[in-house]
Amino acid sequence: MESLQYLSPTTQFVLFSALKILVVFGVVMTGVAYAVLVERKVSAWIQDRVGPNRTSPFFVDYIPVIGPFLVRLGIFQPMADGLKFMLKEDFTPNYVRKVYFWLAPAITVIPALMTVAVIPFGSTLGSEKMVIADLNVGILYTFGIVSLGVYGIVLAGYASNSKYPFLGGIRSSAQMISYEIAMGLSVVPIFLLTESLNLGDIVKYQADHGWMILKQPVAFVIFLIAAFAETNRLPFDLPESETELVGGYHTEYSSMKFALFFLGEYANMIASSAMMVTLFCGGWTLPGTLLSTPSSSILVGLLHIGVFLAKMAVFMIVFIWVRWMLPRFRYDQLMDIGWRRFIPVALANILLTAVVVAL
Amino acid sequence: MPQFTDLLFFAFAGMALLFGFLTVANPVSRNPVTSAMFLVLTIISLAGLYLLLHAFFLAAVQVLVYAGAVMVLFLFVIMLLDIKEEERRRLKTFTVGVGSVAVAALLGILTVSALSAKPGSPAGQTRLAVGDTAELGKVLFNHWLLPFEILSVLLLVAMVGVILLSKKDLK
Repeated sequence: MESLQYLSPTTQFVLFSALKILVVFGVVMTGVAYAVLVERKVSAWIQDRVGPNRTSPFFVDYIPVIGPFLVRLGIFQPMADGLKFMLKEDFTPNYVRKVYFWLAPAITVIPALMTVAVIPFGSTLGSEKMVIADLNVGILYTFGIVSLGVYGIVLAGYASNSKYPFLGGIRSSAQMISYEIAMGLSVVPIFLLTESLNLGDIVKYQADHGWMILKQPVAFVIFLIAAFAETNRLPFDLPESETELVGGYHTEYSSMKFALFFLGEYANMIASSAMMVTLFCGGWTLPGTLLSTPSSSILVGLLHIGVFLAKMAVFMIVFIWVRWMLPRFRYDQLMDIGWRRFIPVALANILLTAVVVAL
Repeated sequence: MPQFTDLLFFAFAGMALLFGFLTVANPVSRNPVTSAMFLVLTIISLAGLYLLLHAFFLAAVQVLVYAGAVMVLFLFVIMLLDIKEEERRRLKTFTVGVGSVAVAALLGILTVSALSAKPGSPAGQTRLAVGDTAELGKVLFNHWLLPFEILSVLLLVAMVGVILLSKKDLK
């Protein structure tokens, strides 16, 4: 650590930022892989099945007692899945629009990974703030990047040049734009209360005044449901809708390109979970303990990150749980909820909060 | 590091010009979806330029509203349009005339404001006003209140117009 002090502040900044990006990227990727496993296990339990319990690489034989247990939990399943995706034939139908067909999966993944940049996933570690980019317009950045995510799906539908993917893409663009409005409006009361768009300040406000979820339950419910729609998860997975659109926008995709859509969906889930933890559930703080203020000790810094990850995991479980419990909405119901229920309620919520704040 | 920001300026400005050109006159593809996607890239490059001017709010809103919402609806419409029929349609002299007048007027405004600006004197206050959201709100609702309200009425008129046009059998 001493030798770092001789470097110029700019070099230190670049070095630490690069390190944080690498670590966060690694955590999100691992998170995606294991979220898929959790998804399969939870769906299995809900449907009274066992789930993946066979994958066992050669070194398991050398781990006594725990080894077979880990195999039954399916801990090694993500490795097998990843390998399968990479080795499968990457088939490109000859009627697709090639350029967009190749671009679409990438355009889906990149925004999903970029949103985590502004999220404060911990207080400080040493003297480094645990956020990649501490922006003053943090939340607007997130909304901006999330709104770009829709291009991946729309272009996938267009590039596939066949009717089911196309319908999926069209549905997705209408759905995501509708729910973006409700989502954007739902968080306005938070900024009325905290008087800041910076996510770090919002966490600090919650540490001092209590969690947002208690002060703004209506905003939280709207945000949560809109998050389901934005990530195209059941009960809002109309762009995929395998019973009527075969598989929607990714019908024509195979191998790693298909895996990228999958990755994008789960990375989006992780990003929205992180967003909900930060905006509504106090971020890395834990009330009633020493953990609610930033500290210079490394141990407390690590504990803060642990608290954040634990809260995020809870939201991930909710995402997965809901998927296997609720049937899909009809398309007109989806639009009806978005435009005629959520937007007026969110507007009323803004007005009410503004009046209370003004008084 | 002034050199680095200069470099970024030229990168974003160059990208904005290049993508803007490819939007209207793409030599490789005449596909309207490609044009729309290049317009998205132009908008994102412009957001980069706003960032270099410390207008973070404007940059974020530019991406959020134009790239994220308006252009998605553009794509939506383009994909559902009958392209063949659109190609058969002839340009009207009136449309071309009105378009040219609008472009000329915009060019005039930009030239006048560019000439009146004194290089090397970026007022510190302006920088503060565009960078900070709270300051921006104060300026918008005090100094620029009337233009702001006029713009919102304009948007309302457009919205009512769209509803009227989409209901064909409205009595």
